[in-house]
Amino acid sequence: MGEVILTMKDIDKSFPGVHALDHVNFEVKRGEVHALMGENGAGKSTLMKVLTGIYTKDSGTITFEGKETEFHNTREAQDAGVVIVHQELNMLGHLTVAQNIFIGREFKKGIKIDDKKMNEEAKKLFEKLHIDIDPTETMSNLTVGKQQMCEIAKAISHEAKVIIFDEPSAALTEAEIEELFKIIRDLREQNLGIVYISHRMDEIKVITDRVTVMRDGTYVGTLITNECTKDDIINMMVGRVIYEDPKTESTVPADAPVVLKVDHLNAGRMVQDVSFELRKGEILGFSGLMGAGRTETARAIFGADPKESGDIYINGEKVTINSPQDAVKCGIGYLSEDRKRYGIVVQKTVAENSTMACLQNFMSGIFINKKAEKKKAQEYVESLATKTPSVDQLVVNLSGGNQQKVVIAKWLINDCDILIFDEPTRGIDVGAKNEIYKLMNKLASEGKAIIMISSEMTEILRMSDRIVVMCEGRKTGEVRIEEATQEVIMNMATREIG
Amino acid sequence: MKKKSSIFTSQKFIVLLVVIVLFAFFSIISENFRQYSTIMSILDYSYYIVLMAIGVTFPLITGGVDLSIGTGLICYSLAGGYLITQKGMPVAVGLLVTILLGILIGLLNGVLVSIMDLPPFLTTLCTCMITRGLGSIFSKGFGISWPAAGADGGWFRSIFKITTANGTKIPIGFLWMLIIVAIMAFVLNHTKMGRYTIAIGSNKEATRLSGVNVKFYHVMAYVISGFFAALAAVAYSAVFATVQPGTGAGFELEAIGGAIIGGVSATGGAGSIEGSLIGVFVICLLKTGLPYIGLQANWQQIITGLVLIGAVMVDIIKKKRAEVH
Repeated sequence: MGEVILTMKDIDKSFPGVHALDHVNFEVKRGEVHALMGENGAGKSTLMKVLTGIYTKDSGTITFEGKETEFHNTREAQDAGVVIVHQELNMLGHLTVAQNIFIGREFKKGIKIDDKKMNEEAKKLFEKLHIDIDPTETMSNLTVGKQQMCEIAKAISHEAKVIIFDEPSAALTEAEIEELFKIIRDLREQNLGIVYISHRMDEIKVITDRVTVMRDGTYVGTLITNECTKDDIINMMVGRVIYEDPKTESTVPADAPVVLKVDHLNAGRMVQDVSFELRKGEILGFSGLMGAGRTETARAIFGADPKESGDIYINGEKVTINSPQDAVKCGIGYLSEDRKRYGIVVQKTVAENSTMACLQNFMSGIFINKKAEKKKAQEYVESLATKTPSVDQLVVNLSGGNQQKVVIAKWLINDCDILIFDEPTRGIDVGAKNEIYKLMNKLASEGKAIIMISSEMTEILRMSDRIVVMCEGRKTGEVRIEEATQEVIMNMATREIG
Repeated sequence: MKKKSSIFTSQKFIVLLVVIVLFAFFSIISENFRQYSTIMSILDYSYYIVLMAIGVTFPLITGGVDLSIGTGLICYSLAGGYLITQKGMPVAVGLLVTILLGILIGLLNGVLVSIMDLPPFLTTLCTCMITRGLGSIFSKGFGISWPAAGADGGWFRSIFKITTANGTKIPIGFLWMLIIVAIMAFVLNHTKMGRYTIAIGSNKEATRLSGVNVKFYHVMAYVISGFFAALAAVAYSAVFATVQPGTGAGFELEAIGGAIIGGVSATGGAGSIEGSLIGVFVICLLKTGLPYIGLQANWQQIITGLVLIGAVMVDIIKKKRAEVH
């Protein structure tokens, strides 16, 4: 490890209603791999976005190679030698490897693009990285792992001095990860500073020299990797005080009837052999880190995505769910994490959205009985305390919390007994959050069975009767609320797999 | 909170004003324009475009398009006319075949777009070519004249125009247009078919996740479009003396243009039948009126194009404002 190349000091950044970074410190040395860890929403990505000029910091200083610097956009950061390899690959599938690497700064011969030179340069890059990729190959023919290596080559070609890897291993196979690590070690040898963002505890131990942990937008501390244990890191990640009272015990009787049973469900890489039971009147929390496969599990159950195998039982009876239509008939309602895209039709009214799932109940012959429709919608506007001037209001004009209530109304009007809430309070302000919580508790006490997917630990501990934890497409644990603590859950969520 | 837009600021109302202003303008400038016969010819000319526009409003609202309605119209008319004139079948059978063929091509479009997930633009461009070729095959390359008014089997022409004993022509077709517009406006606003058409256009995935059979309703939008293209074929056959194979390309643009001017969102999710009707009249007035003030047909196309750009711009600006909200 050499001298410090990059220092971020007292970085502060607020968004309306959120203090995203609260005087955060971070540094990278030449020739080190520095892990940046924290739960979802801890502020890792925001910090890196401030560094690379995507966001502007409110206060604090960034010192790069001994000089105080501020990049105004990624281009400036790149030119200075700070590059980021994103989790999602930004590759143009129809172009060749070399064309991708040099996009935006093509070599030219007169007005003609000099593909030959680009291929040669790309080849040199790959040689430097000891990777075997043909620069003339079409990008979409490569595996995800190889594509990522092209991203890395692209980053190096900017004469990078600091490279940020944002969850680089998320989409890679075991063998590809090995190769990635080889490259990272190579880069370390070449004295680059490397930031490695990952949730995988085992990787952190293998590849990194130091670990910086963030929590709720604050800097918690920095450890030397081989002097600490997994538990040390987890304790730093979750060591927050929970202000809202966590639920201490479940009021659901142990023999409450099982309304939904999922048996060995498989659906792609993100849902592998998932089994669980959901009881009447219960709120079953689904916890896990980003990309754990919780949403994918929910979508597979709901028939939104195809399943490969596995059975679903409702009230003890085996059912076939191949489409959302089937799921709705079985009395399942799904509240998506991305309301605007999957939950509501924003340019339609509250009334029209409310009856979307069961319009057949509001027909007089072939005509929609708009009076009945509005009356029903009004009933639910009142019982859910949705704030809207009228049921004729376009949903786009409502706040996030009230839009969520419209989606809830949609499923309640359809008389769903099983509700899947996917990140029910995402993008909803604190006051409205409490209302949604109250509503969910009320629904559960009325005998609805609720699955709640949440990335917020406080929400999981406050609402759930039982908690299923997932990690990388598998269920890695299940605890009753009585035994659940942040540490227990985080341990399951970061469990090393085989 | 945004106020519900009042009727006076709605695009329909503004376009209706444009129609009235255009009509007044041409009437004042040109004496020949303000003749009963001119108005009759505008109406005659409008029927088939109005019918196409009503139909194509459905795919447009889903966020798609149907380019096959123009050549389709000619194709269906040639097929029906061929059976009547060459095979000696009753006019009623010819009409029935015309209509069924329209529904069939609409179904084909719908299945390709909705079930097979092909892009609507290309799909209907292909069926546009197919119907054009089919039409020529049906008629063996010759023009076909459906029975003339007064001739044996010419009764269907009086669906659109009645000539009284003293020679006055009554454009009864216009009344039919109003009735059909009323019916389809009802379908769009008060039935499942209409509700889901709009929902698919504004957010197909959210609609699917609400348990709606989106594939079915998406197919139906194209079936409606095909059906109305066939009704347009009947109107065309009734109004014009001869149907020529190889024509029809470009009709769809007038219908789609009319619908867009009338307020159908260029990106789907919004629109109305009555708006489409009014929009078509803007196009018909320009087409008929401009020659009377000395501008050739080419100018009519340029001006229609410019009006369309304006209409699409209004739509996009509206949408951007809504997003900022």
